[in-house]
Amino acid sequence: MWALEDQVLNPIEQKSIDSFKAGGGKAKLETFGNDPYKQRLRVAIGSPQAPDLFFNWGGGNLKEYVDAGKVVDLTAALDENKAAKDAFIPSVLDGAKLGGKYYGVPMRGMQPVILFYNKKLFTEAGVQAPATWDQLLAAVDAFKAKGITPIALAGSQAWTELMWAEYVLDRYAGDAVFKNIRDNGAAGWKDPAVVESFQKLKDLIDRGGFGNNFASVGYDVGGASTLLAQGKAAMHLMGSWEYTNQLDQSPDFVKGGDLGWVAFPSIPGGKGDVSNLVGNVSNFYSVTTDSKNVDAAKKFVTTTLHEESYIDALVAAGDVPPVVGAEEKLKKTPNAEYATSVYKMVLDSKNFQLSWDQDLPADDATFMLTQLQEFFLGKVSPQQFVDAVAAR
Amino acid sequence: MSSQRPSGWYAVPAFAFFGVFAALPMVLVVYLSFTTWDGLSTPAFNGVDNWTRLIQDGEAHASVGRTLLLMVVSWLVQTPIALLIGVWAAGKQWSRAVLSSIFFLPLLLSTAAIALLWQVLLDPNFGAFIGGPLFLGDTDIAIYTVVFVISWQYIPFHTLLYQGAARAIPASLYEASIIDGAGRLGRFWNITLPQLRYTIVTSSVLMLVGSLTTFDTVLILTGGGPGTATRILPLHMYITGFSGFEMGYASTIAVVLVVLGTALSVAVMRWSGFRSMSSQQEGS
Repeated sequence: MWALEDQVLNPIEQKSIDSFKAGGGKAKLETFGNDPYKQRLRVAIGSPQAPDLFFNWGGGNLKEYVDAGKVVDLTAALDENKAAKDAFIPSVLDGAKLGGKYYGVPMRGMQPVILFYNKKLFTEAGVQAPATWDQLLAAVDAFKAKGITPIALAGSQAWTELMWAEYVLDRYAGDAVFKNIRDNGAAGWKDPAVVESFQKLKDLIDRGGFGNNFASVGYDVGGASTLLAQGKAAMHLMGSWEYTNQLDQSPDFVKGGDLGWVAFPSIPGGKGDVSNLVGNVSNFYSVTTDSKNVDAAKKFVTTTLHEESYIDALVAAGDVPPVVGAEEKLKKTPNAEYATSVYKMVLDSKNFQLSWDQDLPADDATFMLTQLQEFFLGKVSPQQFVDAVAAR
Repeated sequence: MSSQRPSGWYAVPAFAFFGVFAALPMVLVVYLSFTTWDGLSTPAFNGVDNWTRLIQDGEAHASVGRTLLLMVVSWLVQTPIALLIGVWAAGKQWSRAVLSSIFFLPLLLSTAAIALLWQVLLDPNFGAFIGGPLFLGDTDIAIYTVVFVISWQYIPFHTLLYQGAARAIPASLYEASIIDGAGRLGRFWNITLPQLRYTIVTSSVLMLVGSLTTFDTVLILTGGGPGTATRILPLHMYITGFSGFEMGYASTIAVVLVVLGTALSVAVMRWSGFRSMSSQQEGS
């Protein structure tokens, strides 16, 4: 089985394999870095070297493999193992549901995108954590006046900018607009709501919300996170993994209680539900059709991933597992406040939109990300952005 | 002449190697350039679709422009510096030997390390130039920053070429010129430069073809950004092929790269008269 390289997660995966082996099964874990993984998988999956089980992000990312007939339908296997099927939060399990069939089983925590902020800076500036777009703009002005970058943005990487685009469109226009684009083709971008929400985002950029050097800030090197932790920036929109990152890189900042988090603000007159989330619904294990061990692989995904010990290990690693009733477990962890609030956010959300770049086919997503970077740089207007991506 | 050279059979291993690892993949890439292939299914023949798309693809054209800019500017920056330092370092003083070996260090570092090093140094918030220009974040500056980093890495190599060549210039030429009353500048202009002309050609071909295929430095340093400001042709190919998984179209771009590279080295050879070069050794 193939998965992403992850120092915290890999031992847990290995343990699940060990327990599977103890029950008489056979399995082996191979891991790869993020981008190399996507490439290796792509090349391997049509070849005899294909793994039996592979890690993926669900949604459109999985769809391409499903469409090519490379992924095993797990619906029947899940129906046979009611215990497994009922263990997972339905909306998360649906992340790997395509055309009414299940093609994957969640194998790690839920990762919604959350607005993090530096509590100390907010107190000093006398500003409340923003609950509405207007409060966000007011906060931006307040921090700008104090010479602090209002929002840290690792803009050398387009996916960080995408998080803003996703939330603004969701809050302003509702979740149906993007679903239409995904399901009915690129012309869906022409919905006037897209230009209008991008105009809002442009106002935020032009206002100096992200400072003037975001294009050279990187996420992987810790740029944006450090800005927040050191009080050089007041807010940071990021996936829920940011918490563990901060805990790792700036433990004092987190332990001192200065790291705050809120749901993305509502936009006045917007159609999107304020409980809606975007991000990684979860990650999934899927079985390849060419595998010689389809039955063993099916058995693995339906017996080990909701096991008590596996879930406990995820919780201990700071993950928020996608299983029903995990709250009690989360309350007992050192970071209970954060973990339970993420868990609640997901349970309460009306809609959990998988990141656009994972939900769209790879070629469209790549093109969109490029256009988005140009948009953030001010090289492309909201209308030009829409025209470009709609023409794909 | 032919009797002095080894028999053609000596080249068989080299040709076999070239055939399997260079010629065959190139043929495959040309074939793929006429297909649609997402990396998953079997490649589907689509005629000249990729090629017509390439003609209309503004992003591809822009990346060719950036590649040429990168090529010309890095040649303009690297050649004079490498030439001057190389000639200077060809002297026999021990201080020059020490300085030359220190100067040689960048070449010993891996490209990835160099790109990361400069990325950290040029970070606008935590780097060495806080408050200075946005070397990597300004769309107008970023490509020149890339040229700088590439030059920083490769000038030592070209310096080495020039140093070696300058040392091979017969001392008798200089001695004769001194007797004729030539000054330092005159000797450099009338003896050193002409004697180095083949080295200049070699070094230039390496530089130009090298910048045409520069990839890793840019990928790590800027990822083609900000926006598309440093997205050169090889990177455009990579992003199309390995992020967008449009392998067929990426192959089309690859073919263009191969053609450009070959044309370029042939052009430099022709223009510089490399083909008619004769040995400079005394007695031949």
